[in-house]
Amino acid sequence: MIHALRKEFLLQWRTRAQLMAVIVFGASALLLFSFAVGPNAQMLRQFSAGFMWLGLLLSSTLTLAESFHAEMENRALEGLMLLPMSPRVIYYGKALANWFQLVLLGCALFPVMVVLYDAGTTDLLRLFLVIALGTAGLSAPGTLYAAMTAQVRSKQTLLPLLLFPLIVPALLASVKATSLIVLGDPMQQLAPWIRLLAAFDAIYWSLCGLLFGRVVEE
Amino acid sequence: MAQPAIDCDKLARRYGRRWALADVTFQLAAGRVMMVAGRNGSGKSTLFRVLSTAIRPDHGAGKVGGYDVVDEREDVRRISALLAHQSYLYESLSAKENLDIVARYLGRDNEAEVLERVGLSARADDPVSTFSAGMRKRLSFARVLLQRPDVVFFDEPYGQLDPEGFRLVDAVVGELKARGATVLIATHQVEHVVGYADCSITLEAGRVVGTEGALL
Amino acid sequence: MNKRVVPGIVLLAIGAYFGFVVTLATFNGVAGLGFGIPTGIQAAIAATCAVLGALYFLTIDDVGDSTAPAAWLAGAGVVCFAIGSYIGLFVAPPEQYMGEVQRIMYVHVPSAWCALLAMTIAFASAILFLLRTDWKWDARMEGSIEVGVVLAFLLCCQGAIWAKPTWGVWWDWDPRLTTTAVLLFAFLGILALRRFVDDPVKRGIWSAVATIIAYVDVPIVYFSVRWWNSLHQQQSNPGTVSRQFWLPLRANAFGILFLMVAFIMLRARISALRLKTELAPPPLAEAQLGEAV
Repeated sequence: MIHALRKEFLLQWRTRAQLMAVIVFGASALLLFSFAVGPNAQMLRQFSAGFMWLGLLLSSTLTLAESFHAEMENRALEGLMLLPMSPRVIYYGKALANWFQLVLLGCALFPVMVVLYDAGTTDLLRLFLVIALGTAGLSAPGTLYAAMTAQVRSKQTLLPLLLFPLIVPALLASVKATSLIVLGDPMQQLAPWIRLLAAFDAIYWSLCGLLFGRVVEE
Repeated sequence: MAQPAIDCDKLARRYGRRWALADVTFQLAAGRVMMVAGRNGSGKSTLFRVLSTAIRPDHGAGKVGGYDVVDEREDVRRISALLAHQSYLYESLSAKENLDIVARYLGRDNEAEVLERVGLSARADDPVSTFSAGMRKRLSFARVLLQRPDVVFFDEPYGQLDPEGFRLVDAVVGELKARGATVLIATHQVEHVVGYADCSITLEAGRVVGTEGALL
Repeated sequence: MNKRVVPGIVLLAIGAYFGFVVTLATFNGVAGLGFGIPTGIQAAIAATCAVLGALYFLTIDDVGDSTAPAAWLAGAGVVCFAIGSYIGLFVAPPEQYMGEVQRIMYVHVPSAWCALLAMTIAFASAILFLLRTDWKWDARMEGSIEVGVVLAFLLCCQGAIWAKPTWGVWWDWDPRLTTTAVLLFAFLGILALRRFVDDPVKRGIWSAVATIIAYVDVPIVYFSVRWWNSLHQQQSNPGTVSRQFWLPLRANAFGILFLMVAFIMLRARISALRLKTELAPPPLAEAQLGEAV
């Protein structure tokens, strides 16, 4: 498992230029959202959490799809399966690496949100927790569907098509939680949303790990 | 009689509407070197991919080393190795790093030795994306050697190699045979391989149309 | 007549009998036909037997058999639906607060039950397919997903038709309806996935995996949307219906259920026939190609 992770991080490090490009994509998405709404500082601030997570979601499809590009180039994934490497190990390695990248993405988009929407917070610890849990919810099913769609034509459309309806609860909860952190939480509503995120993550990290083997077997 | 290393019975596999393998039945004793000849598109690669469990057969049954290719894939994968058309390499990693992945998983640490054997020590730390086709082939060989398989499937091993590479392949096959491994070689270099192969089969349109020598 | 359909017919007959008895008891006060079983239990027996009977027909249907059971089910469905709709539209009184627009509930509520049932059938078929690799279940899964998607779409339309005169907006973010919309998109995605994959084995396995993942999400989506919504608005939505509205509701429920199962059976058949050609064994060799070994 450690070795699988090591390989994933090595691959990510070698292609780190890609991550930079995705961060810029996410930031430009946030910029576009503000043009869509108009220069109304009040409204922008109110919807800042939603914009950030939407930007994160759209960018995540790029990172997730990319994560299997190296595996499909020379059929490297098949090579691993034939070693034989357990598909579960491959899945969790990839999902954890993707999670790490998405967390980086989230942390990179936060300052953009602060600047563009005037929506900051000093409660960075809780914010990081929400980003971590929310991106985990994106990574688990996203990695599974990325593996599936990497082998199909029209992969760019299929991945978001399959992923977006699925992660609605994670999106709702993340936006709500981030909103509460940034705009204030007078009625202590944060905890239940974080619990929902944790439950979603627990369910999907186990379910997708179980099913991944069937998805990559030829 | 010991069980055969390979035992196929009416193996079939389709791609879309085309049957790449239609009815392949043969047995091969352990320790033999068998050549698989046939035109492009005759099913050689597909046969190797089915036997090494890279893909599943649509019909028929196959056993490698006594293990079923559908129900006991893990065991087949443990004892066999495939040198395919695709290199199974990561472009952005170096030669050594690619081998590290395999070696660490299998608990070996002789990557340097294997790289030396295939003549890539000088380029061990260069990314694979800078390699020529011949060098990638050598690295794929190194990958197979690391696995120390009992049954080996070489799909066009001489492709893209220079005369020195040819000598390397011959030497590797010799070593494997000396170790008692079973080697199957799909190739167009029929005149070259028939010189050292124990037996051969010929495929045509996914069926076995001829055999030479003693398979069992 | 195929002997295998007998248990299904028996189940449906029991359901019909008790349904009839309950109706008579409730509206005409005629008692004594129910073998002493309380009316509530009779109604439950009627409902359970009808659902099990219809599902039984779904599980035994095979490509080689005649389509008669599906046709009979569809016919029964049309009859029940016609009765229920007639009573619902013309005989039942308008609801106290909502007026005539409430009549859409006679279709909406049964459609909701059936949409969820269709998705559950898809989920069960997906699991059975992954466990057993029996192609009938892949066919049934495809059939139930398609029928479920149609029902979910109709649900969203009905919800919009109800919401506009009532609340003035087409969509009111009701948790159940919103979950249906998410479900609709999720399963449309699965249908798209099936369209893009040519290899039947991969197609079956991948869509089964996706169906399982999507179905597990349904309760999570429902609870999160309900939570999310409760912070913003308190609009009530038609839920329970009072006694005098039972009959058209029940009749329509059976009607839509039978129609749904009939459509799934027929659609699964089409799928199974297609799979048959895709999975056929290789053609026999031409004469005189040497048989080696």
